[in-house]
Amino acid sequence: MTINTLAKGGCHREQMACFRKMEKVIVAMQDPDMGMKMRNQRLLITVIPHAMTGHDIIAWLTHKYRISEEESLHLGNMLVKYGYIYPLKEPRCLVLRPDESPYRFQVRPLTIYLAKKNIRKQGELMEYEKERYSLLHKRINHTWDFVVMQAREQLRASKQRRKADRIVLECQEQAYWLINRPPPGVNNVLDTGLERPNNFSCRVTLVSDFIIEACRKALGRNRVKSSICLEGFLKYSEQYLNHDPIMQGCLPSNPWISDDTAHWTMNAEIVPVPTRLRVERWSFSFMELLNDAMGRREFMTYLEKEFSAENLYFWQACEDIRHGESSKIVEKVEDIYKNFLAPGAARWVNIDSKTMDKTLEGIKRPHRFVMDDAQMHIYFLMKKDSYPRYLKSDLYKNMLAKAIVPQETKKSVFPFMRRQRHSSPSPAQTATQAAEEEGLAKGAGANSAAGSHF
Amino acid sequence: MQEERLTSSTGAEKCRRKIRAVTVLLCSLFYCEQSRETLESLKRESETLKKKLEEERNKLNDVELHQVAEKVEVLSALSIKTRRVLKGHGNKVLCMDWCKDKRRMVSSSQDGKVIVWDAFTLNKEHGVPLPCTWVLACAYAPSGCAIACGGLDNKCSVIPLSLDKNENLAAKKKSVAMHTNYVSGCSFTNSDMQLLTSSGDGTCALWDVESGQLLQSFHGHTADVLSLDLAPSETGNTFVSGGCDMKANVWDMRSGQNIQSFESHESDINCVKYYPSGDAFASASDDATCRFYDLRADREVAVYQKDSIIFGASTCDFSLSGRLLFAGYNDYAINVWDVLKGTRATILFGHENRVSRVRVSPDGTALCSASWDSTLRVSWSFSTGSNYIFVLGKQ
Repeated sequence: MTINTLAKGGCHREQMACFRKMEKVIVAMQDPDMGMKMRNQRLLITVIPHAMTGHDIIAWLTHKYRISEEESLHLGNMLVKYGYIYPLKEPRCLVLRPDESPYRFQVRPLTIYLAKKNIRKQGELMEYEKERYSLLHKRINHTWDFVVMQAREQLRASKQRRKADRIVLECQEQAYWLINRPPPGVNNVLDTGLERPNNFSCRVTLVSDFIIEACRKALGRNRVKSSICLEGFLKYSEQYLNHDPIMQGCLPSNPWISDDTAHWTMNAEIVPVPTRLRVERWSFSFMELLNDAMGRREFMTYLEKEFSAENLYFWQACEDIRHGESSKIVEKVEDIYKNFLAPGAARWVNIDSKTMDKTLEGIKRPHRFVMDDAQMHIYFLMKKDSYPRYLKSDLYKNMLAKAIVPQETKKSVFPFMRRQRHSSPSPAQTATQAAEEEGLAKGAGANSAAGSHF
Repeated sequence: MQEERLTSSTGAEKCRRKIRAVTVLLCSLFYCEQSRETLESLKRESETLKKKLEEERNKLNDVELHQVAEKVEVLSALSIKTRRVLKGHGNKVLCMDWCKDKRRMVSSSQDGKVIVWDAFTLNKEHGVPLPCTWVLACAYAPSGCAIACGGLDNKCSVIPLSLDKNENLAAKKKSVAMHTNYVSGCSFTNSDMQLLTSSGDGTCALWDVESGQLLQSFHGHTADVLSLDLAPSETGNTFVSGGCDMKANVWDMRSGQNIQSFESHESDINCVKYYPSGDAFASASDDATCRFYDLRADREVAVYQKDSIIFGASTCDFSLSGRLLFAGYNDYAINVWDVLKGTRATILFGHENRVSRVRVSPDGTALCSASWDSTLRVSWSFSTGSNYIFVLGKQ
């Protein structure tokens, strides 16, 4: 009962898996005990045997897969779209209707149908059907005579069949046609996008080597017990639950619902007073604090009080090398050496001697990752020492205390009135303006202090 | 006398030549056998090692995720509604990416068009026609000042976004990445200066945007690589990729080494995405399942599947807290999974063709889905029965 696609040479891998699964569903539907109850369905004045109604199909799917009716309708629609079930009423429209419309299971191949149609109603083929017909003719020229003979035979036989059977056959074939050669403007369900032909497993020895190497490494790795790891996910999701607008909403309102951008304005990169949720988030992890521009600024203020701000400046400069242009690496490494590592440097950082030696050695041949070890050392120093103390400091506690908790915007009294959706300046625009201003300042001869733009 | 000796030596010479020929023949046959044996033994060795690895992984598998998640509160009924429909592409939309400003986005389609939208106002801000079709990948730069896109042209290009309406953006396009097959995915790293790409040629690569120089290439996949995602980790050094070889590989960006590999899907992996903490990632595959992999335990810890879900999943993304996984499928629907409990929270209909990409906005307020029906939809959800949480404290 597999679909015979004439267009593609072979069935796409992904589609094969889908077809097999759909066939399983169809087979289950046709099961004599647990399957669908087929009966005679009325179509105008004709009675069609072994058919089922759209309503029945949906009910069966809902029961069998324990899903909602909406989802059954969706799944049933897919079965119709791919031709496993075809409609007897309105055969040109491959849609599942959740009513008394009759449907049947599909069986027949395409070619014979086309030939029959052509023979029977010369000139009644639609334009796109005619094209396909002639194409097919060209393709299977040598077997054409056989096909035509078959078609004639079937027509002869069908004239003697009851009207019900004829209607059924026509609908079957019509459905098949619609799927394999959809009329212009209709989705082609057999369209699978780009081919993915590449497979390099012919290089067997190379692959085996890779696998063996990878396996050996993997065997040696440290693994953590599942119970510990999985608890980690629970904790994370719980911690961030209040911060997840899709789960818990957001204050004062979700801009996409209310058309009010207050939420975004309040949480802009730099604001006079941050929101409470935002300041709380800084306490979740050191990375959260550093990733937030305001958080980083606050932390810098704290470090300056502690006379260890050079650590953060150093870390920022290292980040700049790692993520910056290749062409600027050498000059940036030199700057870092001058400012942070050289004896007597203005912002000398305290790195252990082993790392310092290794870094100084590496600077002789600077590359993108030459500062990595030193950067890691300083990062973990800040994380283990300065960060926990910052969270206990008055600076942080005051920030938390005066942080805003926005009031929930009550839903509009007039729900049909839509707020005007204000546009915002594009980041590209602000960047251009900033660059222009900087250019003007430079032009005027003003001293622009070299510093990191964080 | 001399002639006799000559004749006898020529005879010996002939004999020696014959023996040599036979020896060479025998040797080559012997070596052939050797290499066939080597192949066989290699295969056997790799199979044995794989089994051993599975055993090792299972040793620390003392509990399943859904068991641990039993004590977590059940999600209250989730309802998702579409709030924006972005129309403008003439053909299948293949990819999209949010801008860090939480409202703008870039999308690319089969007809070669790349559009930058302000999704909030539905305003189209830029439209760039590319000379190639099937622009499979697009990304917004962290600064918001540029976009990257690539596809069937085997390249990934960076286009700076200018606000001068008279400027022809397509002319300012700069080729950065060059692959030997289609580009399936691209992403900027922490800055505008570096670009990571995945390709149908089976490799991933890291590029310097300014010079177009290849900084690092990543080999290990044995078929097309279809997707990649950067890890949100402190050290920012790793990324994961998934491909047609059904494998998901984790890479070290510095060394180019493959540090972890997972092979449990039964068909092509279309999309990989990190869990927000960086300790795990999810994958969406043509085998109609999404799976969740724990990086510290080094194994698959959950499979999100249902009998009624028959069609392949092409894309996935987490909500901000990681509790929900949104996955787009080839049957035009978006299924939303409870990551911890492994159940399906809800299903979202609306698209009229395959869903090619789903992405949650940077602040988690909305979900964008791109589809072959040539539209993008921005949806948002609400939990029926949840109240807004007011944080205790001074107001």
